[in-house]
Amino acid sequence: MTEFLQQLINGLAFGSILALIALGYTMVYGILRFINFAHGDIFMLGAFAGFYLAPKIAVVIPLPSIAGAIAVLFLAMLICAALGVVIERLAYRPLRKRPKLTVLITAIGVSLFLEYAGQFCFGAAPKRFPDILPGLPITKIGGLSLNSNQLIVLAVTLILLLALRFIVMKTRIGTAMRAVSFNPEAAALMGVNTDIIISFTFALGSALAAAAGILWAVNYPSIDPLMGILPGLKAFVAAVLGGIGNLPGAALGGLIIGVVETFVKGTRWSTCADAIAFAVLILILLVKPSGLLGKKEIEKV
Amino acid sequence: MKFRHAKTFLLGAIALGFLASLFADKINPYWLFIFYDIGISIVMAVSLNLINGYTGQFSLGHAGFMAVGAYTSAVITNQFGNLNFLAANGIFAAALLAGGLAAALAGLLVGIPTLRLRGDYLAIATLGFGEIIRVFLQNMDTVGGARGLSVMHGWTNLFWGFGLAAVTVYVVASLVNSTYGRGFIAVHDDEVAAEAIGINPTKYKVTAFVVGALYAHSKQFLTPGGFGFMQSITFVVMVILGGMGNTVGVILAAILLTLLPEVLRKLSGIEHLPGFAAEHPLGWIGETRMIIYSLLLIVLMLTRPQGLFSFKKSSAPK
Repeated sequence: MTEFLQQLINGLAFGSILALIALGYTMVYGILRFINFAHGDIFMLGAFAGFYLAPKIAVVIPLPSIAGAIAVLFLAMLICAALGVVIERLAYRPLRKRPKLTVLITAIGVSLFLEYAGQFCFGAAPKRFPDILPGLPITKIGGLSLNSNQLIVLAVTLILLLALRFIVMKTRIGTAMRAVSFNPEAAALMGVNTDIIISFTFALGSALAAAAGILWAVNYPSIDPLMGILPGLKAFVAAVLGGIGNLPGAALGGLIIGVVETFVKGTRWSTCADAIAFAVLILILLVKPSGLLGKKEIEKV
Repeated sequence: MKFRHAKTFLLGAIALGFLASLFADKINPYWLFIFYDIGISIVMAVSLNLINGYTGQFSLGHAGFMAVGAYTSAVITNQFGNLNFLAANGIFAAALLAGGLAAALAGLLVGIPTLRLRGDYLAIATLGFGEIIRVFLQNMDTVGGARGLSVMHGWTNLFWGFGLAAVTVYVVASLVNSTYGRGFIAVHDDEVAAEAIGINPTKYKVTAFVVGALYAHSKQFLTPGGFGFMQSITFVVMVILGGMGNTVGVILAAILLTLLPEVLRKLSGIEHLPGFAAEHPLGWIGETRMIIYSLLLIVLMLTRPQGLFSFKKSSAPK
């Protein structure tokens, strides 16, 4: 039982990082109906932004400290949000009226570009992410050992999810986002500036990916320019699992993938863990292709 | 695509491959390997074009099928010791066939359940299967697991490389021009309408998958990592640059994309001055060639999305 709970906590921590990345995929898909393959690399850039920011911030706010960590997180999110907007403006916007596949390939090109430019600028060798959080002693509750970093991951994810929910459901721009994802033409006719909304969506998604990158780096402190590929794919799987285009679905999908994968890692099939996400996905797609929380779309002839 | 002289082309290409293989020892081995790669790329891109281009189904797991074919044929040839020329080629042909059948079987297994899915969902499901195949191979100790499988015989030569490429082109072209092939194109153009006039899209999609997977294989040293997601993407990019459903364009794109990284490597002088690349006047290309490659891809998509070699307006890819 203790072991079960322990694995559950590990899984939730891992899953909540995936959930943050998955939200970016699902938001972009909800509005533009395309898979932004470069999203996993924004996650990587978030971690690297943190890596290079930490020494600079340490001059003003001594690290490791809570305030410093928040500053690093916030600035990395800001940088990646800007990057997301720039990428959308340069690579995706000119293609908006083109076939979906063209945009998909461009996204793959952007993803490759970020990876190789990353290898060129940061070096291909893994780097050690600095300690930005004060290492609290591992808390023991019963037989459970709670790592402070895991708790922080869970807490930060929860805060970000609530903030996202507030933005999407309660603010004007969130209403506009939902309108655009429901029907872009009708939204434009009602006076919604779709270009700004799409840029904002990319900014929001990229900021969440950056936060995921920092949280990942705090938990698994080795970062390299190709680190975004696998988490990116798994997060995408999570988004599809939950029903792509659906925000709570993405969060749920991320948590499920994270927990299932962590449990498999605890068994003797641990080396197969990377395949689990995809196996779960295929099962779900066969049984309920629109995902767990997705609406079934009726195809018009 | 009209393909009137298909048989002449097939025989010509095989004869040319055979002739070239007689002079193989005169060719610089570095270039020889690039030629093999070109042949393999053509096989992969043309067969993927049947799935992605003609049938309009987006597969992101083609490298997975390649892995199945490659491992099967390698395991078979590794059973044999040194053989004379004739026996070696006979065994190799049998191994290639077995690899093709294994890949086709995998294609069938993947195809039947997933091809009821459409569009992006299919893309991600095939991607998933490709990854599952890779992880599965990584965990199979009998084929070396993550360490990889070393292939004892270097039996791949220009004859096999280009012969197989020619056969692939021939089969795909004739298939597309047959009555059956019209079904592929119907599924591509409008799946719902095709269904309405009595064509079963799933059946056609499955066939395209099996045939596509049939040709997926070759190489000397196999590691599961070599058949990952990025490899599948490379083949998809070849199909798209060549123009979806344009076999000649796809062949050209396969040649170009295989040569391009090598030419950029050569230009940068990495080969001639190991360790001194940075001092070579074009040394920067070596360090940035993959960046250039990806930028080229983005720029091409922005300026010529119909494909590099597609000159006439064909039915737009979805």
